[in-house]
Amino acid sequence: MVTGKGGTGKTTVAAALALALADAGKRTLLVEVEGRQGIAQLFETEALPYEERKIAVAPGGGEVFALAIDAERALLDYLQMFYKLGSAGRALRKIGAIDFATTIAPGVRDVLLTGKACEAVRRRDRAGAFVYDAVVMDAPPTGRITRFLGVNDEVAGLARVGPVHHQAQAVMRVLKSPETAVHLVTLLEEMPVQETLDGVAELRGAGLPVGAAVVNLVRPAVLDAADVTAADGVRAELAEAFATAGLGGARRGGKAQRLVDPLLRQAREHAERVTLEERQRAEIAALDLPTLELPLLWDGVDLAGLYTLAAALRAQDGHAVTGDLGGSSGGPGGGPSGAPDDDGDEREGAGA
Amino acid sequence: MNPEVLRDVPVLETDPLLDDPATRIVVCCGAGGVGKTTSAAALGLRAAERGRKVVVLTIDPARRLAQSMGLTELDNTPRRVPGIDTARGGELHAMMLDMKRTFDEIVEAHADADRARAILDNPFYQSLSAGFAGTQEYMAMEKLGQLRARDAWDLIIVDTPPSRSALDFLDAPGRLGSFLDGRFIRLLAAPAKAGGRAGLKMFSLGMTGVSMVTGTLGKLLGTGMLRDVQTFVAAMDTLFGGFRTRADATYRLLQAPGTAFLVVAAPERDALREAAYFVERLHADRMPLAGLLLNRVHGSSAGELSAERALAAAETLEEDADGGAPHRLAAGLLTLHAERMRVIARERRMRDRFTALHPEVPVAEVAALPGDVHDLAGLRDIGDLLAAQPPVPQQR
Repeated sequence: MVTGKGGTGKTTVAAALALALADAGKRTLLVEVEGRQGIAQLFETEALPYEERKIAVAPGGGEVFALAIDAERALLDYLQMFYKLGSAGRALRKIGAIDFATTIAPGVRDVLLTGKACEAVRRRDRAGAFVYDAVVMDAPPTGRITRFLGVNDEVAGLARVGPVHHQAQAVMRVLKSPETAVHLVTLLEEMPVQETLDGVAELRGAGLPVGAAVVNLVRPAVLDAADVTAADGVRAELAEAFATAGLGGARRGGKAQRLVDPLLRQAREHAERVTLEERQRAEIAALDLPTLELPLLWDGVDLAGLYTLAAALRAQDGHAVTGDLGGSSGGPGGGPSGAPDDDGDEREGAGA
Repeated sequence: MNPEVLRDVPVLETDPLLDDPATRIVVCCGAGGVGKTTSAAALGLRAAERGRKVVVLTIDPARRLAQSMGLTELDNTPRRVPGIDTARGGELHAMMLDMKRTFDEIVEAHADADRARAILDNPFYQSLSAGFAGTQEYMAMEKLGQLRARDAWDLIIVDTPPSRSALDFLDAPGRLGSFLDGRFIRLLAAPAKAGGRAGLKMFSLGMTGVSMVTGTLGKLLGTGMLRDVQTFVAAMDTLFGGFRTRADATYRLLQAPGTAFLVVAAPERDALREAAYFVERLHADRMPLAGLLLNRVHGSSAGELSAERALAAAETLEEDADGGAPHRLAAGLLTLHAERMRVIARERRMRDRFTALHPEVPVAEVAALPGDVHDLAGLRDIGDLLAAQPPVPQQR
């Protein structure tokens, strides 16, 4: 589960994670639940239909499948599966029952979305092996994640008997198991970090497994506050240095001299941000979670950028994200269809 | 600001908008994480200090932003914000939406005490009101309608919920309204009644159809939940009609000339894509769009030095081992400048893509600040930046 405040890049991180987990011949499923078609846009493909379809090949021959879950379709499938409804499904839709169930009825929508993802986690092929080594969900934002994942507890309490009750309980067992990890994407800014702290507290309070903090869009600290103060004291020398580098005259009013003020101002803003970022880093560190950082890609994230980010995830502590989020590979009684579990774990351990 | 940016799009002038007494409602909408709430607060403060009596309705403000407006608790009532400049006779009030409380208040206002209690104690109601899909959007619109009806302020500024998708904010109120008034819930409420002749005709399903529907739902949800829903609906009977009517009234209020929509975005791909979507949606629904408010835009007053030249110069200085500290620092300054220029170029590409699609939409840009806003002074600065848009360029 990948969550994060709006604007932190959780869809990008989820996609990069699905690619990273598909390393070495594995197969992953990337799931979208908010109907935004963010995955299709990232992978530069047409809008995803309600079916699992291969969207990328990972280095080493792994495969990433993607699915945009549509709550209404999921409900009709579900009814068909359990009740062989046929035309009654149409009747339900006609009187607004489907719309009611998927948009308004307390939590049914979220039950369907989480339920479909859990079904993919548990699905096996004919040989009994799990179909997907991992399922990565681009989940709702941090502010809603605990409620979203906890909805099955709530619905199990509302619908006290019946298939929805059982389904909700089964989903909750998967979500609370060590097979699941909720990763929180943040930026080194106050509001996203605060939301991450709140989110972690809520998840822990609800007994949901917190995975890693993923700090996204990290820029290198080029100069700090002390550097800027030092630079401010050697303005004439800076002008001369600019002149040395061929940027014009160093004398008063010369081109190089006129660069000193604006560049110092930019450096001051940078240093101020670096100081703020350090404070946010400390806040994140206090959470005592595995923490990964992903660099800002200056030209934005295109398909090549996704592979770069996936490589960055793998290059950092594999167990933080790729180890715990084994999805079905950690499940009982069957290895994944690709590389055996043990090999995967050793390799990830070596990379740590 | 970017004086060197060629601006061929109309400029969004917020001061005339805020000053115009005909402007009664400003709605800030846009993707999550673009500074929507901060913008709403900054606009509210500026309007108040320019003499208007303003209330800002925020949905889910960051703690410190809420504190900056003196909001310490979520009590669903507008509170006067202290510390603003009242020389021009304005006032600023602010409130945070408590959706459950808002829902409860509707129930309490429209049902007698016994019935209200029955509704408030119903487990189905408790889940519905505590924030499942659509409720927040519905309650935000409900509250907006209430604030407008009280007529105690001459300008209401609304922050919109961080919706799952752009559609929710406009659709959910109507959807919840039509559900609560709809025939489906009536069917649930009174299966026997619906089984009568009129009901049969209404649903075109026949008796077996009706019992099949309730039977299926009973099997699916468990009869306990179905009973809760039915009790809830029966208790809500007096409130029916009201929801739909009010949702429709608020929708019309949003279309009225006194309303202005501001689409808020940051110069990033996803935020601007969402903004373009909002613009199209508002147009389709005939909602009055004032313009695009583009937050966190970077600029440079050394824009004539390109990223490439700055980087090359930085390398030259780094290679020169004898340059000492000044060279190292100069190289650092140049590296930072190169980064800044690349950010500017990327942001401009994103913005240009938006304006190519929607050249008619006026745009106001707000420069990126190094830190978050925590106090009225910070909000005031944002208001100043908003107002200080460069003039529309003459054709070159």
